Amino acid sequence: MGLRLEFQKRTEDHPKWLPAATSIGAVLLAFVISGFILKSVGADPLYIYSYFWTASFGSWGSISDVVVKATPLLLIGLGSALSFKMRLWNIGGEGQFYMGAFFASMVVLLPMVNLQTTPKIVVLGLMMVMGMVGGALFGFIPGVLRAKYNINEVITTLMLNYIAVYWNNYWIFGKYSDAGFQMTKMFPKVAWLPRLADYAKQYKFFSGITLHAGVIFGLIAAVIVWIILNKSRWGYKITLIGDNPKAARYAGLDITKNIILVFMFSGALAGLAGMAEVSGVVHRLQERISTSYGFSGVIVAWLAKLNPVAVIIVSILFGALIVAGREIQPSGVSFLIQGITLFLVISSDVLLKYTLRIERTGKHSKSIEPEAALTEEAK
Amino acid sequence: MNLNVIVHAGISTGTILLIAAIGEILTERAGIKNLGVEGMMLLGAMAGFKIAHETGNVWLGLLGAIFAGGILSLLHGLVTISFQADQTVSGLSLTFLGTGLALVMGEGLTGLTTPVVPNYTVPILSQIPYLGEVLFTNHNLLTYFGYLLIPISWFFIFKTKPGLHIRAVGEKPAAADTLGVSVYRIRYLYTFIGGCFAGLAGAAISIAISPGWYSHLTTSGQGWIAIALVIFAQWNPTRAALGGYLFGMLRRLLLDLQGPAMLLGGRNPFFYNHNLVFFLQMMPYALTVLALLWGSSGARRKRLGAPAALGEPYVRGERGL
Repeated sequence: MGLRLEFQKRTEDHPKWLPAATSIGAVLLAFVISGFILKSVGADPLYIYSYFWTASFGSWGSISDVVVKATPLLLIGLGSALSFKMRLWNIGGEGQFYMGAFFASMVVLLPMVNLQTTPKIVVLGLMMVMGMVGGALFGFIPGVLRAKYNINEVITTLMLNYIAVYWNNYWIFGKYSDAGFQMTKMFPKVAWLPRLADYAKQYKFFSGITLHAGVIFGLIAAVIVWIILNKSRWGYKITLIGDNPKAARYAGLDITKNIILVFMFSGALAGLAGMAEVSGVVHRLQERISTSYGFSGVIVAWLAKLNPVAVIIVSILFGALIVAGREIQPSGVSFLIQGITLFLVISSDVLLKYTLRIERTGKHSKSIEPEAALTEEAK
Repeated sequence: MNLNVIVHAGISTGTILLIAAIGEILTERAGIKNLGVEGMMLLGAMAGFKIAHETGNVWLGLLGAIFAGGILSLLHGLVTISFQADQTVSGLSLTFLGTGLALVMGEGLTGLTTPVVPNYTVPILSQIPYLGEVLFTNHNLLTYFGYLLIPISWFFIFKTKPGLHIRAVGEKPAAADTLGVSVYRIRYLYTFIGGCFAGLAGAAISIAISPGWYSHLTTSGQGWIAIALVIFAQWNPTRAALGGYLFGMLRRLLLDLQGPAMLLGGRNPFFYNHNLVFFLQMMPYALTVLALLWGSSGARRKRLGAPAALGEPYVRGERGL
């Protein structure tokens, strides 16, 4: 007796819980499939996964590390979610992050203000603004090219990623190099974002906890993006342009302006992430401040189905992957899991549009529910 | 700096871009945009290197690379053709997946050596003054394969019946379907073939033109440049080849600029201030953006452009999926 798979277009909206269910299913399945791949190259997946767990959620110190790594993912993921909502593929989070870090560092390196006398809050505030300006600038360029010349933004943003890295290298290898090392001098304390470890004198518990204030930027940004997308007129325009650009044009929306604005906003968030990284974590501008946050942010946004609240949760998960993946061999494991996850998420989207029926080619036919269909697809 | 050396090296490295771009042209002509070229190339580079290293046979390496790229591209086909997912996102995740797979499976390959695709000097043709020296002397065999690929792929796309079918499917899938051309089958086929070319382009790096496995730096964004080249070339293999070769020469020129102490009768800034080299390294990426800008105005002027159904999933009338 044979089986036949048949897709049927949904006539009603999919159930509300289904997107979350497909995302969770995709993550779990990604771990299973990666396990088989690891097994096939001779690694021990169970050992790697248990190591992943202890290395990421095993202690308060490591949990704080996870949140620190999740912070840039959160900010970049939010920016990506906003641009993807308009079907703008900003893959330039990486470059915007580096430019944000560079511009923020300029406050200290030039210096833009007197670092001895200026209050900390002013220095940090200025660094935040500069970070966002740097990121927005590298969002503006692909935005204009896309809006005015219809140039594929995936390629321009990717090319700008490389350009931003070389641009940073020019300064940290050259003018601002610390005694020939590939990094600048350590910033003075006035340019450091507050960390929990700073309060270790009062609260013993905080000693060695590296969690910094950047995570608060991320949470505030999540609220702002949520409000923009769900409560504001601009969010409505963004969604309309994304879903149906023709209708948006007939409705008299200025698409060119909105493309550029969304790109700049998205870039500004990535730039802020860069500022938080130099000011909260490394305290100097140096090489490789990003472990491809820009790309992981793209996956975070997609896995969260462009929902700002879900972006918070997913970025924590991916922060854990990065923290644990730092020391694990083979080195590509976290990349592999991310790639497979993204693939499964986009494939599972078909379940949001269609119901899957399995028909026996005998007399009786039986339909199954989508959540069962997800596991069916896995087989 | 020697012009002959630059042209010779440019043709050699341009071959990598040419192979990847022609593969992507075939895929996109059928209406499928595959942004996963970088991932497929990296996987192909790894597979080719690993197989050539383990078997000691470079041809098996090439075959393995072609196969690896093709298999990976079928995932893109499944997700975008059968599941009608967004082609941009699927292509991106293909890059992630390919990169992850290549890094995991390529663990420990750095520093090893393999047999490589041999160089060859064409008799008689290499005697042509100047051209013989840069085009037919001591080039990798894959470079000659590139020469053949240009006219063959052009002829195939524009002058044969299967080529007509590809273009029909990419321009007006519904009309092609009515005439009995299977849109799904053709899209799967050319997604696969595009993947095979990308895999081969990867192996052209790792076991032919600049041999070695340097993890993700092996391809260093050339897959993305190949995609830009397709747009710049307006989906035409001949223009893609020209662009690829020019790009290869530019890269070599930028590399050679760092060498001499004197340049154009003045002090060479790249020689005396070594940090300026970072700006030279930026150039290929900046030029890609500029080329797209130039290409886009040209495309609008001539009303040439992308296949009309590029990126659009095809859904046949009542069947749903």
